[in-house]
Amino acid sequence: MHMLTIDNLHARVEGKEILKGLSLAVKPGEVHAIMGPNGAGKSTLANVLSGRDGYEVTAGSVNFDGRDLLALEPEERAAVGMFLAFQYPVEIPGVNNTYFLRAALNAQRKFRGEEELDSMRFLKLVREKLKVMQISDDLLHRAVNEGFSGGEKKRNEIFQMAVLEPKLAILDETDSGLDIDALKQVAEGVNALRSPDRSFLIVTHYQRLLDYIEPDFVHVLAGGRIVESGDKSLALKLEEQGYAWLADTHPELRKADLAGAPA
Amino acid sequence: MNESENMTRDVAAPVRDNAEVVEALNRRYEAGFVTDIESDSLPPGLSEDIVRQLSAIKGEPEWMTDWRLAAYRHWLTMPEPDWAKLDIAPIDYQSVSYYSAPKAGPKSLDEVDPKLLETYEKLGVPLHERARLAGVAVDAVFDSVSVGTTFRKELAEAGVIFCSMSEAIREHGDLVRQYLGSVVPTADNYFAALNSAVFSDGSFVFIPSGVRCPMELSTYFRINAINTGQFERTLIIVEDDAYVSYLEGCTAPMRDENQLHAAVVELIALERAQIKYSTVQNWYPGDENGVGGIYNFVTKRGDCRGADSKISWTQVETGSAITWKYPSCILRGDRSVGEFYSVALTHHRQQADTGTKMIHIGKGTKSKIVAKGISAGRSSNSYRGLVKIEKGADGARNYTQCDSLLIGKKCGAHTFPYMEVKNPSAIVEHEATTSKISDDQLFYCLSRGIGEEDAVSMIVDGFCKQVFRELPMEFAVEAKKLLEVSLEGAVG
Repeated sequence: MHMLTIDNLHARVEGKEILKGLSLAVKPGEVHAIMGPNGAGKSTLANVLSGRDGYEVTAGSVNFDGRDLLALEPEERAAVGMFLAFQYPVEIPGVNNTYFLRAALNAQRKFRGEEELDSMRFLKLVREKLKVMQISDDLLHRAVNEGFSGGEKKRNEIFQMAVLEPKLAILDETDSGLDIDALKQVAEGVNALRSPDRSFLIVTHYQRLLDYIEPDFVHVLAGGRIVESGDKSLALKLEEQGYAWLADTHPELRKADLAGAPA
Repeated sequence: MNESENMTRDVAAPVRDNAEVVEALNRRYEAGFVTDIESDSLPPGLSEDIVRQLSAIKGEPEWMTDWRLAAYRHWLTMPEPDWAKLDIAPIDYQSVSYYSAPKAGPKSLDEVDPKLLETYEKLGVPLHERARLAGVAVDAVFDSVSVGTTFRKELAEAGVIFCSMSEAIREHGDLVRQYLGSVVPTADNYFAALNSAVFSDGSFVFIPSGVRCPMELSTYFRINAINTGQFERTLIIVEDDAYVSYLEGCTAPMRDENQLHAAVVELIALERAQIKYSTVQNWYPGDENGVGGIYNFVTKRGDCRGADSKISWTQVETGSAITWKYPSCILRGDRSVGEFYSVALTHHRQQADTGTKMIHIGKGTKSKIVAKGISAGRSSNSYRGLVKIEKGADGARNYTQCDSLLIGKKCGAHTFPYMEVKNPSAIVEHEATTSKISDDQLFYCLSRGIGEEDAVSMIVDGFCKQVFRELPMEFAVEAKKLLEVSLEGAVG
């Protein structure tokens, strides 16, 4: 049984087709890495799955845990267990970080018909989750992401993930802008959250994150489709050889589709 | 009374098919009911005779009648002002009734018409025993008269006088005579002159030297009768080393006609005295198309007369078709401090032109202004503020921060800061920002499972945090709820 099944997905942004027949299946507990050159549609995939405005699906289907994902509003997708860790987490001035998280958790619980957590029980949960992803008391009580460093923002995302306990977590270029220590901390947090019933979709431009979070599968997204799939060795091959070699086996890919080589 | 019971309103199609949102839209103005109660009103119209009658009904001494008449005569010579960034339909001052009172004037709380008490209960005003529980002393003004003041005995023991203005004129004439009009002179402006001539009631507070008022004092204003204006007059005197925190809340029923509310509030702080004045204004704002609603033209001014005194205004303005007010501080005493914290929210066709004046006269005086404007729908929201540093105000300081938040594309936000600095040692700072609720912020909230309406109110609440912090706790909760209700349907 798959947790996520994407079938022949086509999507447009501002009238331009970015995803052109993307298919992917993810089972519970699996970690899938999506790599690909710049402009291949990696972030578009993350945004389409989480339901962002401005991304128009023109064909295909997405089934998530037995539901038609594309029919759900973004907040409903969150409530049924989808989580997007942002590439650029957003600042919300004046809104307390902990308050925000509690509002999110309770909105999700309410949607699922579960009892909302009062502040005592919520604080207990927060303490527990701090063991997974250590963030300072100071950050808990500051406004959402306001004045956080790049690393603090990404750690806050993983902390939110720990509290919200999604079934599927999509990490959109979570490694971008992180130094190696921050990267390790984030990876440790993610690894602590791996479980047989939680899946991950890790969207990344660079192989280095995969040194710390070991994927079960690696896919290459180019020209709006998954063109190669393999295990971790595929990521290493991409790191060594770039993407140009894909043109040999995929003559339909234009040179521009493969231009952005990994550093 | 000829009451229009027609309260159904067309509701714009909600952005989402969400039953809760639809329900919320329908209950948007919760205070919009009419109380069916017999009232005595003066016939519509304004003349010297009406002013005399009004004064006579209230059993006022001659000096008060003369004071009113002088104000009325001066008012006749004044042109109606039009300098604000407001679009105001002409007001027919002869069609307004200048006095409306529930029949059979109450002598004590026990005699207050149960229907009136019910009204206040609906509004959540803690009158009667509820007041005791809430620990707030309330003076409730219904149309023109003050219907009852709670906690009188407890306050009297502390030496605090808290009563209706009418009673103060009768019982504490010397104090009233000494201070009334000493901050806002009768000829100050058009609406202040009108108010001085016809004010019908209001609250009077006197805190004697060295007394820290043992509880928060509160007035609740409500306009009920049709075609009446409400002209209340509030006078707060705080003597040396004394302190008071005063809260004011306002509502009115939904009606298709515009109703005029022209109040005057005067605060006097003597040596080292502190006054904290908080307002939550939720007068009926009119409907989506700008029909009906209250014209809220108010003069509020505090005089830091003594050295080291402090006056702090906090206001949350969500109601009224038109709001036109500038709670101000005259910083006369050396080292006196003036503060102004404001959230003004406009939606649909509402208009607000509000801000403050800080007049620095004494040495080492300080003022702080934090103004947050939120505009939605097709509303217009202006901040207008004056910081004036007089010649003798050595080392005066001002900090002003004006932030505007726009929701949607058809609303407007404007900032008109005026500065007059006549003393070179003064430091005046001004910061202004305008922002929109960004799609990024909204999507971030949605992606965490928070619905659109909740996300908007959360972002707005965050934007207002600096001001809400200044409100007494219960008021802060009310203010937050009010913003949520006022903003429903604002995004789409």
